[in-house]
Amino acid sequence: MEGEKVVLKIQPQKVSLNPAAQELIEKAQKEGVETAWDRYLAQQPQCGFGLLGVCCRNCVLGPCRIDPFGNGPKKGVCGADADTIVARNLLRMIAAGTAAHSDHARDIVHVLELVAEGKTKSYSIKDVEKLLTVAKILGIPIDGRDTSEIARDVAHVLAHEFGKHDEEPLRLLMALAPKRRKELWQKFGVMPRAIDREVNESMHRTTMGVDADPVNLLLHGARTSLADGWSGSMMATLLSDILFGTPKPIEYVINLGVLKDDYVNIVVHGHNPILSIKIAEVAMSPEMTELAKKYGAKGVNVAGMCCTGNEVLMRLGIPTIGNTLLQELAILTGAVEAMIVDYQCIMPALATLAECYHTKLVTTEPKTKIPGAIHIEFDPANADEIAKKIITLAIENYPNRNNARVYIPKHKSKAIAGFSVEAILSALGGTLDPLINALKDGTIKGIVGVVGCNNVKVKQDFGLITLTEKLIENDILVVGTGCWAHAAAIHGLFSKEAVEKAGPGLKKVCQALGIPPALHMGSCVDCSRILIVLGALADALGVDISDLPVAGSAPEWFSEKAVAIGTYFVASGVFTHLGVVPPVLGSKKVTKILTEDIEGVVGGKFYVEPDPLKAAETIISVIREKRRKLGWPV
Amino acid sequence: MKTEKKLIIAHPGLCTGCKSCEIACAVEHSKSKDIYFASLETPLPIQRIRVLLRDSYSMPVRCQHCLDPPCLAACPTKAIFQTPEGFVLINDSRCIGCGSCVGVCPVGAIQIHPELKIAIKCDFCVDRVRAGLLPACVEACPTGALQFGTLDELRSKARAPTRAKMEETISPKILREMLQTVRWV
Repeated sequence: MEGEKVVLKIQPQKVSLNPAAQELIEKAQKEGVETAWDRYLAQQPQCGFGLLGVCCRNCVLGPCRIDPFGNGPKKGVCGADADTIVARNLLRMIAAGTAAHSDHARDIVHVLELVAEGKTKSYSIKDVEKLLTVAKILGIPIDGRDTSEIARDVAHVLAHEFGKHDEEPLRLLMALAPKRRKELWQKFGVMPRAIDREVNESMHRTTMGVDADPVNLLLHGARTSLADGWSGSMMATLLSDILFGTPKPIEYVINLGVLKDDYVNIVVHGHNPILSIKIAEVAMSPEMTELAKKYGAKGVNVAGMCCTGNEVLMRLGIPTIGNTLLQELAILTGAVEAMIVDYQCIMPALATLAECYHTKLVTTEPKTKIPGAIHIEFDPANADEIAKKIITLAIENYPNRNNARVYIPKHKSKAIAGFSVEAILSALGGTLDPLINALKDGTIKGIVGVVGCNNVKVKQDFGLITLTEKLIENDILVVGTGCWAHAAAIHGLFSKEAVEKAGPGLKKVCQALGIPPALHMGSCVDCSRILIVLGALADALGVDISDLPVAGSAPEWFSEKAVAIGTYFVASGVFTHLGVVPPVLGSKKVTKILTEDIEGVVGGKFYVEPDPLKAAETIISVIREKRRKLGWPV
Repeated sequence: MKTEKKLIIAHPGLCTGCKSCEIACAVEHSKSKDIYFASLETPLPIQRIRVLLRDSYSMPVRCQHCLDPPCLAACPTKAIFQTPEGFVLINDSRCIGCGSCVGVCPVGAIQIHPELKIAIKCDFCVDRVRAGLLPACVEACPTGALQFGTLDELRSKARAPTRAKMEETISPKILREMLQTVRWV
């Protein structure tokens, strides 16, 4: 070692592509406030056993670790080797991701049930047509019955999907997945039977002394993830559309510049729209505006963060701050009166950070409490009252804002969102044919779904944007959800002007349809919408999803939910890129199964490449190969 | 250098950054010397070895027990001394916590204890070594990245891995590549 001390410093322009984020990271440094990037540096170096997935903490014979270099132990105390440990750990990640998406779905089923039984006045059926469609595919009679009766049956049938103990496959999956997929899943014994059951079985299989066969473990991972994509997440999407409206193209403004100097700023953060949509609605009421004026503000400004932001903006077009690494930076502006959170991706750090400013952090879910936050429990039966209570708390906090510490970056972008499957079909004139023809004749070369997360290990938005721009430049239509969508919107890819960045074919199609070259399909549970598009394309062409010129990508993923999504993409036959290495390299066998062998079974596989340009090139060549096999011009 | 002098060497290619050495060091320098109780002590025990990241290599760094230690020369109270084995140690009762040694250490291995206000650093686990045990960090290292012995012993252990072994294990290069995802540091 040389004598100097290693000093790691965050350089704002190196850690984020978003200029507003750069400005606030600088503010954090000036004010001596810590962010995720600081904590990431403090964690360096991160443990190699964890990075490689060879640490097992599933029982207290251990903890055990396998020496990845072969000098130390090759087996845990129970005899589990690296292959078993890596596969078990991955299965637990898939189970956790599936649990998160599906528990979110369960909460929405509960609200639908309250609405159907007349037990809440705060919500109603916004999309009756979609309710009828869902009822029909579930085999629920609709003729001559009133909406609430049908809604009650839909809620009951779907609630049953979580815990039923027969061996029948999940009903939403049976109704919506393409035929060839279902035959394949049946053949390999990965047809999911009940959502909670697959998660539960994952926990059982990975506890000490149960499943040690990496192939058997990974197959159950596929089954669990399918219960997420084609049922849990699917249910969350369908029922949110029924309760809050199926998204249609809608304009909105995004980035930290949406916070306002002279308004009470409320940020809604998390994933579930049940409360956040209520906050947005109630905040717009004259009563709340009046109250805000009494406290010296011009009104109340509700801004969205992460996927609950996506849920609300897709339906109400609320101003939006952006993706997950902006959550701390929003509070750092000093201009946020309250941040209201439901669940998932909420950094516990927010509580400490809020204490440095006047911001009130409000937790609302019994399953998400954070020390230092104010807990106001949400109850969908009294949603309006609770929303009013929370907004009042924020308004009353407005006089506490310290203007000397306020800095709101100017940056904001205009964007178009709202591309549900229905909205895409309507843009296409009611049928998939124009899209299919454009794909067949090569005007559009393929479709890629880009999803998921920011990760401090990647320069914020750099992976997402570099990859997306490269793809659209090559006439590939990009659709996506979650934190990708925020990045794409902030960097102008959801504007009509973005067609200038598209290749000639894609540009022509987008101009004809009046759509941007990258389409916002919703929150991360709405990756289910991408499955619907893929299934519909496969069925319309009489091929399997794995034959289509499509791919998936998660360039900056971090969450266990992304592992579940990636796995159900792969199990549904999609070539899926990951920009951050998953914790599996400690087992050559598991790595080979995921990145090679699995393709022979389900037609999709994982591909890991941190460089977004190289990844885009590989995706383009995979799409070219699929086109060649279909006999379409490349 | 006397060939019988005991050394601890660190092989950065084998260090996974797990920080087991840091924990073992803190426990060894606790009152209880027990992982379960050490975290309850006041003051809390402090490790004298640190795993640092540099150029995508993780690497444990500790006092090198220099042959001609600048800290020893800098100490105004003669609290720092060398043992017959060549270990550089600090006599707590003579240390006034002035920090002169901290500034001159070429590897940044000396710190002032925040509560006791005296200089602390790696003591080579002198009691353990004299009792024929391995230093705590070496014993704790799960991959053999830290090794203990005389120069001759260490040299004889350093053999190229066989082809068969290389095929069945993960190349340290893979871990380097994963750590390299810290691209912006």
